[in-house]
Amino acid sequence: MVRALGARSIRQTFRRPQLISPIVVFPTMLLAIQTGGAGAGIELPGFPPVQSFLQFMLAGSMMQSMMLAGNSGGIAFAVDIEMGFTDRLFAAPIPRFAIVLGRLAGTAALGFLASIWFLAIGLIFGAEIAGGVPGALLAILLITASALAVGGIGAAIALRTGSASVVQGLFPLVLVVLFLSSAFFPQELMIEPAKTIAEYNPLSFIVEGVREPIISGIDATQTLEAVAAIAGIVVLGLVLSARALRHRLRVG
Amino acid sequence: MPAIEVEGLERAFGEVLAVRGIDLRVEEGEIYGFLGPNGAGKTTTVRMLTTLLLPSGGRASVAGHDVVAEARQVRASIGVALQEAALDPLMTGRELIRLQATLQGLPPTAGRERADGLLDRVGLSGAADRRVGGYSGGMKRRLDLAAALVHEPSVLFLDEPTTGLDPVSRKTIWEEVRALNEDGTTVFLTTQYLEEADQLADNVGIIDRGRIVAEGTPEALKAEVGNPHVELLVGEGAVAAAERACAELGKLLPPKDGRRVLVEVEEGAAAIPRVVRALDEAGVAVESLELVRPTLDDVFVDKTGHHLEKEESGDGGEEPVPA
Repeated sequence: MVRALGARSIRQTFRRPQLISPIVVFPTMLLAIQTGGAGAGIELPGFPPVQSFLQFMLAGSMMQSMMLAGNSGGIAFAVDIEMGFTDRLFAAPIPRFAIVLGRLAGTAALGFLASIWFLAIGLIFGAEIAGGVPGALLAILLITASALAVGGIGAAIALRTGSASVVQGLFPLVLVVLFLSSAFFPQELMIEPAKTIAEYNPLSFIVEGVREPIISGIDATQTLEAVAAIAGIVVLGLVLSARALRHRLRVG
Repeated sequence: MPAIEVEGLERAFGEVLAVRGIDLRVEEGEIYGFLGPNGAGKTTTVRMLTTLLLPSGGRASVAGHDVVAEARQVRASIGVALQEAALDPLMTGRELIRLQATLQGLPPTAGRERADGLLDRVGLSGAADRRVGGYSGGMKRRLDLAAALVHEPSVLFLDEPTTGLDPVSRKTIWEEVRALNEDGTTVFLTTQYLEEADQLADNVGIIDRGRIVAEGTPEALKAEVGNPHVELLVGEGAVAAAERACAELGKLLPPKDGRRVLVEVEEGAAAIPRVVRALDEAGVAVESLELVRPTLDDVFVDKTGHHLEKEESGDGGEEPVPA
């Protein structure tokens, strides 16, 4: 049942260009622009040792795509609420939280596909995956889990507000939070207060967990920190979703 | 065991009491018409009975299960087609029915077969693989109905199933509802169309401002408000003569305008020959003659003091919604 709802969620995203384009087109263009325009940045003192700027940027692009997948998932969920489709689901004899889980499964699948897309782009344009196949699999796994985590927060906002435009309005915020992490720039080269914010931004832990297997190989500490950050966001997203769902069912 | 039993059901949205302690009982195999204007509390009642909204007070059971304590069992027993067919325009008709079958717990093969059968039943086989966004209003309603039937529910809730449809599509839905009922399905149908309730329902509940103001068979309700009357349109200056001629035949009702005479006749159509003879003997030329039977609107007026149909087209307003 969760699989069926997740499959419907994926189909919905692929059939609505305004949902799929932020996940694929926008991050791909940004990757091309940044890699082409700021490639010399790897020569800066303090920049982590990388094979190429593209190799460094892959984790950030995957994170951006994953975050926008979570946002798109929230928008799609809110559209379902607005058009009454969720009532059809709520009227079925299934645990109602399965409806949220179905949506999150779809968002996680989009994160999975996005991570493969960006790794493929990286490999095609000459980036090496230092951690090899295990490193690539770890990056894919972390991005997939992150999409589920971020999707939980998007679903919670959709359930609480029932408004696609409110969820869509969070799009700039998603980018701000992402830019205030080490997604696109090494933390060591940031200036204050961005540096301190990035240091405590959970997304930085996830980015580094994804980046490390790409640029130098699997590192247990960074992997565990990423997993802990993802777990924290998953718990937050699920708790908020469950509360928002209860509220929606109470007020109708 | 009644299919639906409701006692003192209430629902408040903040300070607004949308449903004010209603009682009703729907027997198995019945079509129950829930009639009322916009904002009367119909949809709120349906949402409570289908477990989509928690009641603020009272109790209700559907198919023998309490809508609060046994919500999952209620949902397994009912089919629901809500107002404004809630369909995903990006899905195809077949995808929607198959998803519904999965949600109802049908195994994949059975779900596929059931979907094909239902699409055929509602005449959508040819459009099954087209996206719902391209369907007409009538096609969407038929698809919605098919989705509600995927698990062969014992009780079917239809919330204003024909609102906004053209007469042909409306008739198609009516025929399908009748066929379902003949197969044994209990149907709870909300409508703001008098004709729909009159045509389809075994029993009618009339709701106004959150209260049930009348309940019974359409015929019994209409009989309560009076006998049929003959409406005569006569030439100018002939009204007084026509009234004198008809005075012995039945009670004269207040005229609508200066050219019409209304005579209440207990025996209905059987009184028409006597009326015609009396007018002929009095030399009154009649332009038209019509036997008018009481309608559910007359019942509505009798119980509430205002017309249902006027409110349909007027500013009846929507039911309260949560903030």
